[in-house]
Amino acid sequence: MSRTRSWVSDHLAMIIAVAVLVYLFLPVLYTFVFSFNNYRRSNITWNPEGSPTLKHWANPCGAPGVCPALVESIKIGALATLVATILGTLIAFALVRYVFRGRSSTNVLVFLPMATPEVVLGASLLTIFIQGFRMDLGFWTVVIAHIMFCISFVVVTVKARLQSLDPRLEEAASDLYANPRTTFLRITFPLALPGIVAAALLSFSLSFDDFIITNFVSGNETTFPKFVYVSYTRGIPAQANVIGFSMFLIAVLCVIAAQIIGSRRRGVAA
Amino acid sequence: MTTAFAASAREAGDPQLTPPRRGGRRRGWTPYLLLVPGLLWLTLFFIVPLVQLGSASLQSQWPGAPGYYYRDVNVGNYVDALSSYGVHFLRSLAYAGLATVLCFVIAFPLAYAMAFKAGRWRNVMLILVVAPFFTSFILRTIAWRQILADDAPLARTLNALHLLPGGHITETWVAVVAGLTYNFLPFMVLPIYTSLERADPRLLEAGRDLYADRLTTLRTVTIPLAAPGILAGTLLTFIPAAGDYVNAELLGSDTSTKMVGNVINSQFFTVLGGYPTAAALSISLMILILVLVLGYVRRFGTEEVL
Repeated sequence: MSRTRSWVSDHLAMIIAVAVLVYLFLPVLYTFVFSFNNYRRSNITWNPEGSPTLKHWANPCGAPGVCPALVESIKIGALATLVATILGTLIAFALVRYVFRGRSSTNVLVFLPMATPEVVLGASLLTIFIQGFRMDLGFWTVVIAHIMFCISFVVVTVKARLQSLDPRLEEAASDLYANPRTTFLRITFPLALPGIVAAALLSFSLSFDDFIITNFVSGNETTFPKFVYVSYTRGIPAQANVIGFSMFLIAVLCVIAAQIIGSRRRGVAA
Repeated sequence: MTTAFAASAREAGDPQLTPPRRGGRRRGWTPYLLLVPGLLWLTLFFIVPLVQLGSASLQSQWPGAPGYYYRDVNVGNYVDALSSYGVHFLRSLAYAGLATVLCFVIAFPLAYAMAFKAGRWRNVMLILVVAPFFTSFILRTIAWRQILADDAPLARTLNALHLLPGGHITETWVAVVAGLTYNFLPFMVLPIYTSLERADPRLLEAGRDLYADRLTTLRTVTIPLAAPGILAGTLLTFIPAAGDYVNAELLGSDTSTKMVGNVINSQFFTVLGGYPTAAALSISLMILILVLVLGYVRRFGTEEVL
């Protein structure tokens, strides 16, 4: 009895941690299970008749609208990621590598969008698009909005990487007569790259999963989260579960692959 | 001894201490050229829209022409908004505050286990914390609706034990707070983990040697070490939770659990003439959150958050 008790108290943190991870995965499991549901009208209740079925996995685009919405989300995510990563990386380099007037106000300007609730960002963008810029809502207004909120996250991520670099590496390069350009291309940029890649992945996942801001500025444009939200009242097709769970699988496999490649490289370097 | 450890840990962990080098030589125009495109974007699509929203919050409606507005300084919009929807404001703050506290209580042991107990499982656990993110958050929130539904095991068990006063979990504030807690939990876990991971585990050992008692070690060593992460995590959880309307929409009831985000959203999209009110509510929400955040950072803050 006392032995069990001491085992529990020794491993308490780990036991809680595992319980929390189970809790985090519970809804993902539900999403997965309901992708096999032979639902009638709404995929909210389990229909024992004919379930589990593979028919939704066999035909992921079978429900009207689900695949076009997915394609739009990927296009928007890719464009927003590309632009936000470039703009944010430039800002991060300026902030870490240079002393200049207005440095702290730049920091504040970068921080503010992250401290603003999404409804406020969405509402203000909707207002400016309609009243100020007089733009039609759609694909491009969504891309513009996503770039805006991704920039700050890119700056923070890349900045952290640049700050953690050992300055002696660059000093060594210039001591060895590398000109600033060579130093940047051969030393600084490769060292900063993991941070830039991480920032790009973060941007893509933020953009891909965004609903609140998108809903304000999208007009008739339908992204994947918007498709799911809008179809909730009349029943979400199980294909949405198939796609949602597949995105999860793809992402996890990518992360694992990156980890393996990373640890191999580190092995070679050491 | 402890202070020396703390200082070295801080130095290793906080790159802010190394100032930008060769500032003198690399002054000039280059930093501004690097900044211009990004800052221009943020100005055009963050600052200018906020200013426009501010001006919209003061507009008046043309009499007899609903849906048409003219520029004005109609402070009445704010009075109307806050008197009609003050309760939604308070509700948002209460729900977000509660969710933030719950997130901390759940996140801290997980982050602690990842940083000090997980050993070679550390990276696996890190992936597991982030992984659920990749299933759309709308889908996960709908899954919670199913998990908490009246005919699902949880509500049935609680009802069988007569532990559920109203008979439902969904359509109540409990479901909304549970949803907010779930959705923003990783934002609390990751910063706390980052702070703890930077800390020297020997500090904890020293703490245990000196105080022996676990709770005292936790209070005097572990939590102070995690403080920057706790601060960042609290902000990253509280701010989006206070502005959220998806959880209240999908998990809450039509009347008694609506948050300020729901009001802003519906005033914008479904109420004709609700537009200046919605703008006034948005500006009030933003100011309220900024004031709370600044007060909080000033009270507990370190430089690191900015």
